[in-house]
Amino acid sequence: MHIPDGFIDGKTAAVSAALSAAGVGLALRQVRRELPARKAPLLGLSAAFLFAAQMVNFPVAGGTSGHLVGGTLVAALLGPSAAVVVVTTVLIVQCFLFQDGGVTALGANIFNMAILNSVVGYAVYRAVCHWLTGIRGRVTAIAFAAWCATVVSAISCAGQLAWSGTIPWAAAFPAMAAVHLFIGVGEGLISGLVFLAVYRARPDLIVETQAGGGPKRFGELVRQGLLATLGVAVFVAPFACSWPDGLDSVAGKFGIKHTLAAPLWPAPAPDYQVPGMHWAVGATAVAGAIGSLVVFALALLMGRWLVPKSTES
Amino acid sequence: MNVSWDHHHGRPGSPIHRLGAAPKLGFALLLIVATVLMPIEHRAWFAGVAGVLLLTVLLSRLPLLFLARRLLMLSPFVLGVVLVNAWQPAGRANWLALAVKSGLCLLTVILVSNTTPFSQILRVLKSIRVPSLLITTIALMHRYLFVLLDESERMRRARASRTFTQRRPFHWHTLGTVVGQLFIRASERAERIYDAMCARGWK
Repeated sequence: MHIPDGFIDGKTAAVSAALSAAGVGLALRQVRRELPARKAPLLGLSAAFLFAAQMVNFPVAGGTSGHLVGGTLVAALLGPSAAVVVVTTVLIVQCFLFQDGGVTALGANIFNMAILNSVVGYAVYRAVCHWLTGIRGRVTAIAFAAWCATVVSAISCAGQLAWSGTIPWAAAFPAMAAVHLFIGVGEGLISGLVFLAVYRARPDLIVETQAGGGPKRFGELVRQGLLATLGVAVFVAPFACSWPDGLDSVAGKFGIKHTLAAPLWPAPAPDYQVPGMHWAVGATAVAGAIGSLVVFALALLMGRWLVPKSTES
Repeated sequence: MNVSWDHHHGRPGSPIHRLGAAPKLGFALLLIVATVLMPIEHRAWFAGVAGVLLLTVLLSRLPLLFLARRLLMLSPFVLGVVLVNAWQPAGRANWLALAVKSGLCLLTVILVSNTTPFSQILRVLKSIRVPSLLITTIALMHRYLFVLLDESERMRRARASRTFTQRRPFHWHTLGTVVGQLFIRASERAERIYDAMCARGWK
């Protein structure tokens, strides 16, 4: 999903760079406030870890292989703001050192993969954790959250490409969303497995499981969530002609809820009035809605299968 | 043994290598932004940029084969966009514009990153007031990136020498554990690094 130079135009690059700068600034402030000095090198090491982990190839059917992307995994391990900083670092180094992703597209890439991915992933993770307790629930939560975050990032990326006039929305959205509906399943599976491995060996390393039940995340999530919502509103909303009344008021009132609902968006197919040209857009939206239910069931099964009842605590 | 990621090709003595990092980065950024913003009709601009870049390639004495290989290494994402574009009515002109613009920008970044030491890039970032926490994180990542890649390679080899079957579900489970272990090792290393930093007077 690394957008190269030349694929997005000036206005998209400027808007996404501004959003990313604000998001990374907020995250840095939050991290500086809550991270003990003892943990300062952990951010850099986690970034190096994420890069090395992305090099590990997981075999997929047919001789192809996939790899971890990791925003949601890091958010679940270290908290959302730390995840934004870590993934941003990885993207900056990939851009300058390995020419993966363009310089002018750096803002867009940071917005999609660092901010949106971490924030959406973490919000979904916490919501599901609230409902399903225990390590089984956590594995389920992270697998589902990683899937949602991957799909939302892909949709935002499609929105940026369409807004730049690189590819029309009617082609970009189905292509990006459909591919990432599948990639997301792999991402969810890997994230769940890695999280479980860390949890079994060193549960004390995971921020959320540390004494005191983890810091309060609500305010942080609201600020980042509003920013993410604003970005989705700018990049994606113009293409959804029949968005239910006033996106701005909805976003303003329910920053978080809106982010949570994002994976299910664009809402049911009947909203799309033009079936002829845009049938693929509607079909993809329906597939996404059904897909989220299927993936959630898969994540539940995975949790059950990986964590035997006896070790559940 | 070591995973080799040598990214400083060419002769450090070339005029391009000797240029200051700040003007080089500034000029490259200007070139990239202008190339992205320029409408594709201005053929002369793109020809000019290509000329400047070719001159830089020759002056920097980077291996041409290396440059060509790096330029042609397309990500699945780029291939996907090109494929989708090929279906569109106005696809071809659009495709050409994309190829020219992203190709020129990619060559610019390759040239800069292969002729400028990373520590100098960090110094430039510091001088334009990028938050210090972000710079520390980037510097640490760059320092330990290759260490962790080595570590991951060692773990892969150790696993390959111990597991006999590679039934798929089992294989995924093993890989998940390996990556989890990599995170644990990175965290433990971070603790040791902090102790070492304190011992040397970091505050």
